[in-house]
Amino acid sequence: MALRIGCAAEPGRAQNNKTGSWRVFMPVVDMEKCTLCGTCILICPETSVSEKDGNILFDLDFCKGCGVCARECPGDAITMIQEEK
Amino acid sequence: MVDKSLELFDCGHRACGGCGPAMLARFILKGTGEDVIVVASTGCMEVFSTPYPETAWKVPWIHSLFENAAAVASGIEASLKHNNRTEKVVCICGDGATFDIGMLCISGAFERGHDITYICYDNEAYMNTGIQRSGATPYDASTTTSPAGRMSMGNSRPKKDLPQILNAHGATYVATASVAYPMDVMKKVEKAVNTPGATYLQVHAPCSTGWGFDGSKTIEIGKQAIECGLWVNYEMENGELTKAKKVRRVPVDGYLKAQKRFRHLFKPQPVTEEIAKIQAIADANAAKYGIDINLNK
Amino acid sequence: MLQIMEGSHAVAEAAKLCRPEVVSAYPITPQTHIVERLAEMVADGELDAEYMCVESELSALSVCLGASATGSRVYSATSSQGLMLMAEVVFNVAGMRQPIVMSIVNRALGAPLSIWNDQQDSISLRDSGWFQLYGEDVQEMTDQHFIAYKAAEQHDVLLPGFVCFDGFILSHTYEPVDIPTQEEIDAFLPPYVPYNKLDAKAPLSMGMYATPDYYMEFRYETDQAMKRAGDAISAAGREFGEMFGRDYSAHTESYRMDDADVAFVALGSICGTVKDAIDEMRADGIKAGLVKIRTFRPFPAEEIAQALAGVPKVAVLEKNISVGSAMKGAVGPEVKDAVTGTGIDVYSYVIGLGGRDIRKKDIRAVAALAEKGVGNMFYGLRTEVL
Repeated sequence: MALRIGCAAEPGRAQNNKTGSWRVFMPVVDMEKCTLCGTCILICPETSVSEKDGNILFDLDFCKGCGVCARECPGDAITMIQEEK
Repeated sequence: MVDKSLELFDCGHRACGGCGPAMLARFILKGTGEDVIVVASTGCMEVFSTPYPETAWKVPWIHSLFENAAAVASGIEASLKHNNRTEKVVCICGDGATFDIGMLCISGAFERGHDITYICYDNEAYMNTGIQRSGATPYDASTTTSPAGRMSMGNSRPKKDLPQILNAHGATYVATASVAYPMDVMKKVEKAVNTPGATYLQVHAPCSTGWGFDGSKTIEIGKQAIECGLWVNYEMENGELTKAKKVRRVPVDGYLKAQKRFRHLFKPQPVTEEIAKIQAIADANAAKYGIDINLNK
Repeated sequence: MLQIMEGSHAVAEAAKLCRPEVVSAYPITPQTHIVERLAEMVADGELDAEYMCVESELSALSVCLGASATGSRVYSATSSQGLMLMAEVVFNVAGMRQPIVMSIVNRALGAPLSIWNDQQDSISLRDSGWFQLYGEDVQEMTDQHFIAYKAAEQHDVLLPGFVCFDGFILSHTYEPVDIPTQEEIDAFLPPYVPYNKLDAKAPLSMGMYATPDYYMEFRYETDQAMKRAGDAISAAGREFGEMFGRDYSAHTESYRMDDADVAFVALGSICGTVKDAIDEMRADGIKAGLVKIRTFRPFPAEEIAQALAGVPKVAVLEKNISVGSAMKGAVGPEVKDAVTGTGIDVYSYVIGLGGRDIRKKDIRAVAALAEKGVGNMFYGLRTEVL
C-alpha cells in the first residue's frame, strides 16, 4: 500500500490490530443475573462489548481482559476466568 | 441529545487494559457526535490510537505537536468560520500538554475566544514518557521525576488550578468531570461544544499503569477520588460556579492506599502529618465548592 | 504599472492578491510592516480573510497549519527569533505536507541580540523541508510570493515555502515595483485545492505517528517532493514570465559570467552590490561574474555547476555562519559539492553579519582573496576589538 501523503489515513484500519492476544483473563457473563443495563457496553475501553438479541457479547478479537466490566457490573453478572490458550 | 450508542472510537488501539483515557475517548465522541474535528496533542492517547496507518478515530482528527493543539484548533476554527462550515472543534490533550507545555497556546486561544472546546484528559502525570510529574500531579504523588525517597515525600507542590485560570480568561463554560461518571462526561461535552466561545473540560482519567492499581479498578478509583473530595466535579458558566457534585465525604486514606503512587505515605509507617496535609486539600476543596452533604439539615 | 512602494507593503499587496483565507502572525522587527499592512487591508475590507493576532510565533504557524489542514490558503511572515520559536512547527508543517507560504524577512539571530540583517534565520532551517526562495530586490521578492503559492500547492509537491528577503535593506526600502492586478493573479493562481483536508463528511486522521517501519519512507517522500518542487518553481516561474514579462524559470541568475576568472555566488540583496562591483572590476580588466542563487532549497546543484563551468575561483558570500564547520558558511560546501571533480576552487566568506555594511570595495577585496586562494574565513572583522 502506497504511503498516504502527510502521514494521514482513513478510518477503519485500527481493527487490523487484534488486541485480544494480550488477554490473560476473559469475561464470562451469566445471563441469569444480567439485566441488560448496558454498563459494560458503555465503559469498555476497547469498544468490545455489545448486545444482540438479549445477549451480551464480548468481541474476543479485541477484549484485553482488563476486567473493568466485571468489576462495575451492578448485578455481578460478569466473572473473569483464566483463559485456556 | 447524547447518543450513547454512537461508536466513533474504534477497537484495536494500543492502550493498556482498563485505560481511563481510552474510555474517555469513547465518551467524548458520544458527546460531540459526528460533526466534529478533533485536535490531539502528543501523548498517550495520540500514540495508542494512531500508529500509521491504524487510526482508531472515525471522525476527522489531527495531531501536530505536543504544545500547540489550541493554536491548531484556532486555525481550524478560523477556516471553518470563513467557509461557513458547521463542524465543532475539540482538542483532546493530556495534562502535560495542557497544564505545562501548552499553556502559551491555550492562553492565546482562550483570550481570543475562539469557538472551540478544549478537553484535558487528566491522568496527573506524563504517562506516555514514563510517569513523570506535571503541573497536574497531586501533592505527594510519587512519579519517576518526583520519586518518594529518604528526603522526599513525592511531588512537592499541589495540583495547579487550571480551570480557574481559564475561567479568568473569560471562558464561557468551564467544567470538571470524571470517567467514573460516563453520562456526566457526555452531557458536559455536549454542553461544552454547544456553548459559543472557548470552553474547557477537565476530566479525571485514572491511569492504572501510572498510579499503580489493577486495570479493572479504573472507575472505582475515579469514584473514590470524588467521594473523598480530592476531585470535585463542577461547572462554571460565564465565570460563576453553577453546579458541584455533592458527596458524603470519606477520609482520603482509602483513595490514597489504593494506589502505589501514594504507598510511601503508609509504608512502613503511616506518615500522618503528610496524610493530614492531603486531607486538608480535600477539606479546602469541599469548602470552596460546597460539596459536603450536611446530614444535620 | 510601476508604483513606488516600500518592500514590506509590496509583499503585503502580493499576499493579498493570493487571497489567503487565514492570516496569522506575531510582530517582530523587521517583519512588522507587512502584517500591519495586511491588518489594515482586513480592517478596511480590502482583504476578505480571518486575520488572527496570536500570542507567539509558535501559535502563528500552528494556526496556519490548522487552517491549511482544514482546506484554506494561509499566509504568515516572520523574522529571526520568531522563526526560531516556530522551528518545531516549521518541520512539522513540511512533514504534514501543508503548502503554506511564509515570508522570512531575514535578520540575524541572538545572542547578541541584533535586529539587523543577515540570513542566519532561514539558512538555519534549510533541512526543514520548506523550499526557500531569495529575492534580490523588491520586484523579485514580490513576484516570488505568487510563484511560491503556485509551486507549493501542486499536488505532486505539497510542500511549504519560504520567500526570503533581507530585513531593512529590502523590507524598508522604497523601489518602483509592478504589482499585478487581482484579475491577473486570479488567472495565474487558481483557488487552492487541498489534497487532504479535515472534513466531517470524509473523516481522515492527519499527522499520525510512524513506527520505524514507515518513518524513513515518509522522509524519503518529502525529499522526492522537494525535488519536484524545483521543477514546479521553474514551471511557475516560466508561466509567470509569459504572463508578466519577468521570467523566473531559472533557479539561478548569471551576471557577466562569460570567460570569468573569478565568480561570486550569493543570495539576496547583496547581489545588487556585487553586480555594481563586477561592472567596476570588468572596467578595470578583472574578469569577475556572479551566480545569484534564487532557489536555495531545493539546491540547484546542476544549474550552479553549469554556470560555474570553467571558472577557476569561486567566492561564496555568506550572510550566515555554520559555527564550527570547515568552510564556515553553509552555502559554500553545497557549491563545492556541485562542482566536485572539476578542479574549481570554492571558498566561503562570512560577510555582513548582523547588519554590517557591505560595500563594493569589500566585494573587490574578496575577489582578490579568492584569486590568491585565501578563503573559508570571516571577512571584514574589526580586528581592533578582538
